[in-house]
Amino acid sequence: MFQAYYMPQTVQEAMDILSGHKGQAAIIAGGTDLVLDIHEGKKNFSAFVDISRIPNLRSIEEEDGFLRLGAAVTHAQANRSALVQAAAPILAEACGKVGSLQIRNVATLVGNVVNAQPAADAAVALAALSAKAVIDDGTTCREVLVEDLYAEVGMCKVNPTKEIVTSLLVPVQKKRQGSAFVRLDQRKALALPMLNVAAVVQLDESGERFEWARIIMAPVGPGPVRGFEGENLLAGAAASRETIVQAAKAAVKHANPRSSALRGSREYRLGVLPVLVKRALEAAVIHAQKD
Amino acid sequence: MDLMKLSFMLNGEATEIMVDPSDMLVDILRERLLLTGTKKGCGKGECGACTVIMDGAAVNSCMIPAMKAMGTTVQTIEGIGSPNQLHPLQESFMDEGAIQCGFCTPGMIMSAKALLDSTPHPDGAQIKEAIAGNICRCTGYVKIEKAILSASEKLKG
Ligand code: FES
Ligand code: FES
Repeated sequence: MFQAYYMPQTVQEAMDILSGHKGQAAIIAGGTDLVLDIHEGKKNFSAFVDISRIPNLRSIEEEDGFLRLGAAVTHAQANRSALVQAAAPILAEACGKVGSLQIRNVATLVGNVVNAQPAADAAVALAALSAKAVIDDGTTCREVLVEDLYAEVGMCKVNPTKEIVTSLLVPVQKKRQGSAFVRLDQRKALALPMLNVAAVVQLDESGERFEWARIIMAPVGPGPVRGFEGENLLAGAAASRETIVQAAKAAVKHANPRSSALRGSREYRLGVLPVLVKRALEAAVIHAQKD
Repeated sequence: MDLMKLSFMLNGEATEIMVDPSDMLVDILRERLLLTGTKKGCGKGECGACTVIMDGAAVNSCMIPAMKAMGTTVQTIEGIGSPNQLHPLQESFMDEGAIQCGFCTPGMIMSAKALLDSTPHPDGAQIKEAIAGNICRCTGYVKIEKAILSASEKLKG
């Protein structure tokens, strides 16, 4: 259990409290994962620094070519935001899939990333969108791609006792870009995904060929997993059913799911994953062609 | 460990109480403020029995460190009606047979109230979304959905 709870008003104040506690204090925002981990004895900190009240961390803003989502932005907020729905529709959609409304009302997107669970819906969409996390260590700010933040399952490269992810930068969708998010789950509510896939594609002028594609699959590795081989097949290729089927097969070579009572066997999930990737790519192409 | 002072608006009244920083809101409400209408089922965000409304949004009070309520406005089931003057949701839940054992009811009604406060005329999908985080082991949900719909009609006036 913890002994102190701070509610700083600025990032600087939060950093000062963190460094004053020398590794014993951790950042908390929504706390929906962290509180559980503390109760189950998986994590232990003597103090919490709650950043959810820092005014400039609560907003979603458009800055040239990017959406900036502050660290205190919740899943419900992103799910309902007209800006997110227009600029990054799969992010809005993925945010609506997490937990229940009670959880989405407090759980933050940044928390979904730094908690580093491999199937975190928002994080999967963010990785597909090439979103970056802005990490403040008190002296400098660095920007790191969400997909590069995963050290291992449940381990994020951000140190919550020394660093703060202050915001996420999500590129605004461009012309002839399309995206899709596909989720396989046991129920429609309050269910962890058995698999989720996000795809983002960029078509060329003709609308018939891929310029590039990004394929993210989870939970089939320590973090959101990129289907590089599938992406390589699609670059410059015709946006046809055959290439998509080929690419889906190739992408799945990067997947290494474990058998799990909750999410299904490795064999089953490897069997359905190419279908989900194919569906995501097809939906993303249709979306791009409408644009 | 040092106790901390928590001040917030609870059911319309300014409330101050000393809490252990590691207390969860549900325990403060139930054990210290004796508002036992809010139920604690799973204690880990899975059942919704502990749902209260905090600054207009339904939240699981079992996952909220009590100090998070600092400066907020919290509503519990005790704050939305009285035995002589039921809230339309409470009335409809009774009329539609949406209560059996009743354990989920306070949380269910608070989720429904948060919905109606922001969306006075919800459709079926919106009702389902609002109560998807509230588990009822008795009623089968259909009657609950009907009750929420009928309350929304009553509130229309
Ligand atoms: S007691 Fe809070 S969600 Fe079950
Ligand atoms: S009435 Fe018994 S759990 Fe809902």
